[in-house]
Amino acid sequence: MWGRFGSLVPIGAQTTQISQQRGMATLKAISIRLKSVKNIQKITQSMKMVSAAKYNRAERELKQTRPIGAGASQFYEKAEVAAPTDVPQRLYIAMSSDRGLCGAIHTSVARLIRNELLKDDKNIKVVCVGDKSRALLGRTFGQNIIFAANEIGRLPPTFLDASLLADAVIASGYKFGSGEIVYNRFKSVVSYSTQTLPVFSLSTVQSAPKLSIYDSLDDEVIQSYIEFSLASLIYYALKEGACSEQSSRMTAMDNASKNATEVIDKLTLAFNRTRQAVITRELIEIISGASAL
Amino acid sequence: MALRSVSRMLNNRAINQVCKRAYSDEMSFTFAAGNRVFYDAKSVKQVDVPSFSGAFGILPKHVPTIAVLKPGVVSIFENDGSVKKVFVSSGTVTINEDSSVQVLAEEAAPVENLDLAAARDALNKAQSQLNSASSEKAKAEAAIAVEVAEAIVKAAE
Repeated sequence: MWGRFGSLVPIGAQTTQISQQRGMATLKAISIRLKSVKNIQKITQSMKMVSAAKYNRAERELKQTRPIGAGASQFYEKAEVAAPTDVPQRLYIAMSSDRGLCGAIHTSVARLIRNELLKDDKNIKVVCVGDKSRALLGRTFGQNIIFAANEIGRLPPTFLDASLLADAVIASGYKFGSGEIVYNRFKSVVSYSTQTLPVFSLSTVQSAPKLSIYDSLDDEVIQSYIEFSLASLIYYALKEGACSEQSSRMTAMDNASKNATEVIDKLTLAFNRTRQAVITRELIEIISGASAL
Repeated sequence: MALRSVSRMLNNRAINQVCKRAYSDEMSFTFAAGNRVFYDAKSVKQVDVPSFSGAFGILPKHVPTIAVLKPGVVSIFENDGSVKKVFVSSGTVTINEDSSVQVLAEEAAPVENLDLAAARDALNKAQSQLNSASSEKAKAEAAIAVEVAEAIVKAAE
């Protein structure tokens, strides 16, 4: 019994000694940590303000763009153009951007394409718009990427950007039967959904069952029409993507600021407690030192 | 009994009217450009568009077709008789089976907003670019610029 107690004493003495040293160290460590969390909160708060301003603009512009998207895909719906069975080659255009810190915006686009690639990676080629989708898909499916475009998302997308992208897709020379533009459709500030827009090639449109009801068509007109509607669809998808991204970043940064507040509260409490403990211990040391005299 | 038959008659008439409205002399006209939306599924009387196969007018129940716009003026005759003229640089026209019409333009501006002097300047610049262009691609681009600038000058005059 005594023996056991005896052995406990030095351990107790040791731990108090360690915690004393640690008490001083943690005080410093906590204050450093507190300062860095406060800085992070400042950054997330200002990022939120910036993306809120960008979001307002993006949403205003998106309202102007929705009829274009609806109008451009209308012909394919009305003419009942469908993916051909004899041409298995497909094209996926991933609409992401260069910047992160915006929730699952880029991952959800990449995930949809990755699932398709996992099913069949022979007949699918991908065009990555924005660095993020390239980074997400490039590692595992690098050989499926035709080209990647960056410098997307810093400025609001313009029709010229969309035309250049459409031009690059056509100039890449990839022969596909059908394709899809994968983008995030903006629903509200708190929600978006990952959707696709159809893209078709000339031969696919020519074999559409209801094309015969359309009057006076020649290949040149259809080809020009397809090229222009590809540009319009990309433009629309860029706008939707930009708006979803900004709104998602706004929410993400708001959450980050809230979390930082929580961490700051906890750290302040821990800091004050430790400070008090250190003071009390110093007092005890002084008092016990004085009483020993 | 009498009441019921009257109500049935009314119902039939209402259905007839609805049917007529769905298939009749109205078109759902959408006109959107990269910079703004002019009409979104509105009903109008007639639309004149310039296309590569020649300018043509679209009335309700036009035969379905698609066409590519060339630089020029789109005239919209609204239901109240007023005419709106909008300049378009390029784009597409789609006329569907259900008499819905979509005009999608790359860029568009109302004709009254065009500045004739600025348009002439742009035309001169484009022409000098065409003369100094060396490669095939630059030549084609300059030729397009000249075509658009000529159309703007014509529209603004």
